[in-house]
Amino acid sequence: MLLNMGPQHPSTHGVIRFVVKTDGEVMSAAVPDVGYLHRSIEKIAEKATYNGFMPWTDRVDYLAAMNCNVAYAMAVEKLAGIEITRRAEYLRVIAMELNRIISHLLAVGSLGMDIGAYTPFVHALREREKVNDLIEELCGQRLTYNYARVGGVIYDMTPNWDKKVIAFMDQFEPLLNEFDRLLTGNKILHKRLGAVGVVTAEEAANYNLVGPNLRGSGVKWDLRKDMPYSVYPELDFQIPVGTGEAGKLGDCFDRYMVRIHEMRESVKILRQCFERIPAGEHQVKVPKKIRPPAGDVYVRNESTRGDLGVYLVSDGSDKAYRVKFRTGSFTAMSIIEKVSRGMMVADLIAFIASLDIVAPEIDR
Amino acid sequence: MQKLADLLISKVTVLQSIPADFVYLAVQLVFALVMLMAFVAPFAGIVSWVERRVAARMMDRVGPNRVGPQGFFQWIADGIKSILKEDIVPTAADPILFRLAPYLVFAGMFAAFVTIPFSSGLIIADLNVGIFYLIAITSIVVVGILMSGWASNNKYSLLGGMRSAAQIVSYEIPAGLAILVVVFLTGSLSIQDIIKGQGAYPWQWYIFDNPFMPIAFVSLFISSLAEGNRTPFDIPEAESELVSGYSTEYSGMRFVFFYFEEWANIYLIAAVGTALFLGGWQIPPAVKAWATGLGGAASVILPHALEFVTFFLKALVIVFVIIWIRWTLPRIRVDQLMALCWKYLTPFGFVASMGVAVWMVLFPQGVPVVRYALCGAALAVLLYFFYRVAYQVWYSRQPVHVNPFV
Repeated sequence: MLLNMGPQHPSTHGVIRFVVKTDGEVMSAAVPDVGYLHRSIEKIAEKATYNGFMPWTDRVDYLAAMNCNVAYAMAVEKLAGIEITRRAEYLRVIAMELNRIISHLLAVGSLGMDIGAYTPFVHALREREKVNDLIEELCGQRLTYNYARVGGVIYDMTPNWDKKVIAFMDQFEPLLNEFDRLLTGNKILHKRLGAVGVVTAEEAANYNLVGPNLRGSGVKWDLRKDMPYSVYPELDFQIPVGTGEAGKLGDCFDRYMVRIHEMRESVKILRQCFERIPAGEHQVKVPKKIRPPAGDVYVRNESTRGDLGVYLVSDGSDKAYRVKFRTGSFTAMSIIEKVSRGMMVADLIAFIASLDIVAPEIDR
Repeated sequence: MQKLADLLISKVTVLQSIPADFVYLAVQLVFALVMLMAFVAPFAGIVSWVERRVAARMMDRVGPNRVGPQGFFQWIADGIKSILKEDIVPTAADPILFRLAPYLVFAGMFAAFVTIPFSSGLIIADLNVGIFYLIAITSIVVVGILMSGWASNNKYSLLGGMRSAAQIVSYEIPAGLAILVVVFLTGSLSIQDIIKGQGAYPWQWYIFDNPFMPIAFVSLFISSLAEGNRTPFDIPEAESELVSGYSTEYSGMRFVFFYFEEWANIYLIAAVGTALFLGGWQIPPAVKAWATGLGGAASVILPHALEFVTFFLKALVIVFVIIWIRWTLPRIRVDQLMALCWKYLTPFGFVASMGVAVWMVLFPQGVPVVRYALCGAALAVLLYFFYRVAYQVWYSRQPVHVNPFV
């Protein structure tokens, strides 16, 4: 039976299509079909000024807009040779880690929902709302932040904002434990995710999986540690990897657990950031029309969905000659066809959800 | 029921000219109609409201609270909306089967209420094969679901229909085995006889009759959940996989019929569990004697009212547990569902039935000590459970509003 899953389907979380060949419940293949959300963002970059393109980077991955902002700003700064202040670096890291928390909250929550547990999803969204309020206070937006600028960030934090974030984290950590007891410790969840959608470390590397999906397969690779940027080398945090506790190494449960652990690590990073953040300017002076010298640059940033690469070519004018985003969801789509052979339809849903695919990030 | 009909015949002279059997039949049909319209239909609606409010509370949401006090009339508003909606039959669907399927589902579920007692007197038909009839008539639902899945001409619907049929047919075996155990103890298939075999106090209930009965009760409860397509066994209508399963292509009132069936089924599960294992409508004899001795209309109405309330409250507790499970657990996979049925519940059902048979041979009069011990153990488990709940609430306390009636 040829089952057409998507583009409109409750569990594809966006406009993705899978052509699923099934024999009853067991699938012989699920072929992903990408391209439904292509908005020519990379082409638009060639028509907009460097700072003028910043709002578009939010739309590359709307769940990790902060990372996209920062990655693009980092690329332009590297090309133009702009040094930003340490306060701006810390503000960026704080914003990115808050973004990582809410992105992972949505990922684990919707994974729960996809396998039938609705309540954890709403609990995760409740926490997400609190962070959204905090980020709104920081930059005025709740989803498409548009916070980073070439040369720093647009706003400094408001008075007492740091205390509010710390208060949030104080109540978030116990709630994360509660979430663990509600969902992570659930026997049915172990049965549904353990030994399902196993991606070995070798496969993950070959198919270019990145971020939590790669770490779920037991590969300890995180750009924040291995190719450090910004102020990450000064901060103390762990890189959680999959352990195979619910079945095999690299199954859906490992990818789920990596995200849960990463939220705790993000909280740790945030606490350190608020202790260390220096006083100073949040923005350095940059010319109104930025004209980087001709040349190209590739910048990598550990986004919530992994290695976010920005390739930027300049011809010396005030507009980019070419911008290319390398995103984690796009590569993650490629492994679905291989792993999904012989799976059940219900497993495919869990597998897609565990890869945490965000539709706009696939097509850009 | 017959007494009431006899009373009618003696009072109304016109009725004396027609055969008594017809009058009995007419009275019974009218009573059945009133019962279904006045009790089951609103109950299914109210359960939908309760479910949404309880679920909202568990999720830290508010839930429907706009229509009427606390949103109580939400189910009426939803019903009116559904009736007014356009009834769409897909072009490629089989029009006759597509239209027929919801009625079969609806009829199968409502016919089951015929043998569900509300008190010692309030029952539409105390069939001597009551519980057997119940198992048989609810199987019509499978036909309806399979029909809707096939007639929709939609692959998701077909998968949902097939899953549902496989699931319901499989789970009838452990459910049947668990019910068989009760039939062993009673020696009768009539639900009223089964309830009369129990007493008002927990240690007189069948669930604590011997060590094998709790197994049978749990096995019956799990299989009923599976037969009713409730989470964690809601794979036929798994939203994230099959969109809406067999009801994907339905709209308007036909769609509501499927959900009606589901909510009516919650009460059915609860009522069967209560009647078979939890003492049904039994109230302490002293109370019953007091109520009957009041004289006048009260002596007729009050005992039945008390019995009804007892039965209803027990059933409501089970309804709450079912809703609770629905909004807490993820769903299991279809192969795990079958494994649970054939590898665990069915063997447990056999163990329970064999165990009860041996127990009855060894101790024909029952062992009171065992009853008290089981009762005490259940109480201890419950107390520990409430302690755990209190601990969890304390652990995850936070300064948010806790008023459920916001």
